[in-house]
Amino acid sequence: MHSRVLLWSALGLALLLVMPWLLLQALPQNQAQFWTANILGRGIVFGIIAMSLTFLATYGGFISLAQMMVAGVAGYTLAIFVDGAVPRIAGGLGYGLAIPLAILAATVMGLIVGAIAVRTRDIYLLMITLALAMGIFRFIETNIAWFNGYEGIRNVVGPDVFGFDFRNAYVFYYIALGTAGALYFGVLYLVRTPFGLVLQGIRDNPRRVAALGYAVGPHRIAAFGVAGFIAGCGGVLATIYNIGISPGSIGLGATVNVLIMSVIGGLGHPIGAFVGSLVFTFFDTFSASIYDRERFNTLIGVVFLVIVLLSPDGLLGAGARLRKMLGGRDAP
Amino acid sequence: MTFSLSRRTALMGTGALLATPAFAQRAPIRLGGLATLEGPFATGGQDGFRCVQMELERINNTVGGRRIEFIRESSNAQADVALARARKLIEQDNVDIILGPLSGAEGIALRDYSRTLTGKTIVNGSSGAADTTLRNPSTNFFRFNTDGTQWMAGLGNHVFRTMGIRDVAIVAGDYAFPYAQVFGFNIEFCRAGGRTTHYWAPLGTTDFGSQIAQINRSDVGALVVVHGGTDGLAFMTQYAQAGGNKPLIAGSIMADQSMLSARGPHRRVMVGMISSGPIADVIDDQSWRDYVERYRRRWLNEGGFQSPSIHGVNYATNLAGILTALAAVDGDLSGNQAAFQRALAAARFKAPTGADVRLDHNRQAISDIFINRVEERDGRAQVVAFSRANGINQTLNTPEAAFLALGSPSRDNPGCVPAAT
Repeated sequence: MHSRVLLWSALGLALLLVMPWLLLQALPQNQAQFWTANILGRGIVFGIIAMSLTFLATYGGFISLAQMMVAGVAGYTLAIFVDGAVPRIAGGLGYGLAIPLAILAATVMGLIVGAIAVRTRDIYLLMITLALAMGIFRFIETNIAWFNGYEGIRNVVGPDVFGFDFRNAYVFYYIALGTAGALYFGVLYLVRTPFGLVLQGIRDNPRRVAALGYAVGPHRIAAFGVAGFIAGCGGVLATIYNIGISPGSIGLGATVNVLIMSVIGGLGHPIGAFVGSLVFTFFDTFSASIYDRERFNTLIGVVFLVIVLLSPDGLLGAGARLRKMLGGRDAP
Repeated sequence: MTFSLSRRTALMGTGALLATPAFAQRAPIRLGGLATLEGPFATGGQDGFRCVQMELERINNTVGGRRIEFIRESSNAQADVALARARKLIEQDNVDIILGPLSGAEGIALRDYSRTLTGKTIVNGSSGAADTTLRNPSTNFFRFNTDGTQWMAGLGNHVFRTMGIRDVAIVAGDYAFPYAQVFGFNIEFCRAGGRTTHYWAPLGTTDFGSQIAQINRSDVGALVVVHGGTDGLAFMTQYAQAGGNKPLIAGSIMADQSMLSARGPHRRVMVGMISSGPIADVIDDQSWRDYVERYRRRWLNEGGFQSPSIHGVNYATNLAGILTALAAVDGDLSGNQAAFQRALAAARFKAPTGADVRLDHNRQAISDIFINRVEERDGRAQVVAFSRANGINQTLNTPEAAFLALGSPSRDNPGCVPAAT
């Protein structure tokens, strides 16, 4: 089972690696670039953030609504400390220092969320993480001195990477893809380590794991820390993609979007996050062209509804069910 | 994915087939429209597109011998959403010109985005933050509507001198556009000797209860409301229900048909409200009366207002700038649009209100501002202009260096400068 997952993941990764080239063959140059950066690239970036949720949900059994906020903490840390951002809040750091600092801040924020939510489960965990996310969102939105309020901080253009301009669509795409690939295989590795196995044990039966002598609480908090790290990487990429960050990027709408991506893809495996975010990004961008421009949100809603109705475990579940129907061989 | 791709390709193929046999016709100009069809300013965004569509229908979608293809996109007043939609318009839909966006923070984001583009032009829709063009302007971002600070020209003096009010409470949204409006009001009002208390609330606020309680307890002489959209509606509804009875002064998107056309208790307290801005429902000007008549004929039965909203007129004014320039260059966008952008910068025309419009060196409009009162006419509330100032520029006709020295409008810099020595 595991080796097959790895095989499929490698195939998917290979396909994404050659996608920009395939798009160039199929579309005019500017459209190929648009698809590369603004459909695939954006989808992958938000897929990373969604994967931090999927990781917690799949292996820990926690649905956290704070992940977009945690990603935003990374984005804001980057925007506050990096040189060239407008307005200048603290500044003084290059991207080489500001990006690790941003990811560290997100990891710490993830640990804090985990520590606050450590005793809650299910709907209560959902509520407490949502409350945290909205509290921080409102704080950022009304604070001018550090976060520049509603307008946020702009002009976070990204670094030059080995002489390549980050704003180039292909540079951005391959950095996003490389980050996503590393994090994805990192998660697959992590869940097979003792830490990951204990985490899954806690998901299935916390009391039994505690009886075996494992400290349940610290494991849960550490899982949120890992998710914070993942979300932080996504947050940094999303901020550079958007040339800045504003409270709207981490508000209720954005929070719910990340949840929708995860649910569309399926919470059964980390790959679902990327499947979901690509589908979501596609409809978010093109539903206005496919359907009435003044009512395109209806289409997004209907697509979501249909997927969840037909397959409660998302597109991944639908795929598994299809395989079962066709061959009935090794259904998971 | 593949479905849309093949459909798109098929459509483009069909289009090419249809186009080839026609005699050497020039390719259409692709004009992208970006307005808020979602979020707090959805009604304003819809009206913006109404006025654009009406004008394009009038000229039969043709200017300078070229057809105009209008491609609509929608945002929700958030900067990052506006940016994503603008990218789609430029890169995927391959538009030549973007007309939009509607709100302040979006305008600043698109101004920054326009810097990264060559051979494309962004012409503002209705956004009115001052700094979009005043500080760090972008060479391919044009704005033919006046900004939020300009819209307040004359109002502060009217409140202090004519109405004799010495201190006011100001309620306003906590972002770029209301900062510009409050700034414009305070510059005159504080300089004349007035005192202000500010109550800020983030865009999208629905509960103003605590602010209204404080205002009703205080003994200020008047209340200045610089909200708009659903926030403005929520504030005025709650103010009316709380029995608020102070004289009302309003920002430019408050005293507007997008507000007066909504049903609710707010309409009762809004009669008598004083405001200023680039339009009014009733202006003593024949070209405006004709425009309103055309708008009502076209849209009254299709969800339109009794008379066009401020956002609708701003979109129409900016479209008029584009069309004037396109006519001047005969639809020629070659040479990275250099000739077209020169024509835009030099364009002079009349806005639907009858006001003369021209641009300054920052590609920002200089035009007329009206001071208005909400009156009950023909059985409905209407905004009636009773005073008009011609040719107001972005620094309120004060020296630019002195105006810039006042700093950028913000919550911490609301423009309250006491009388100079």
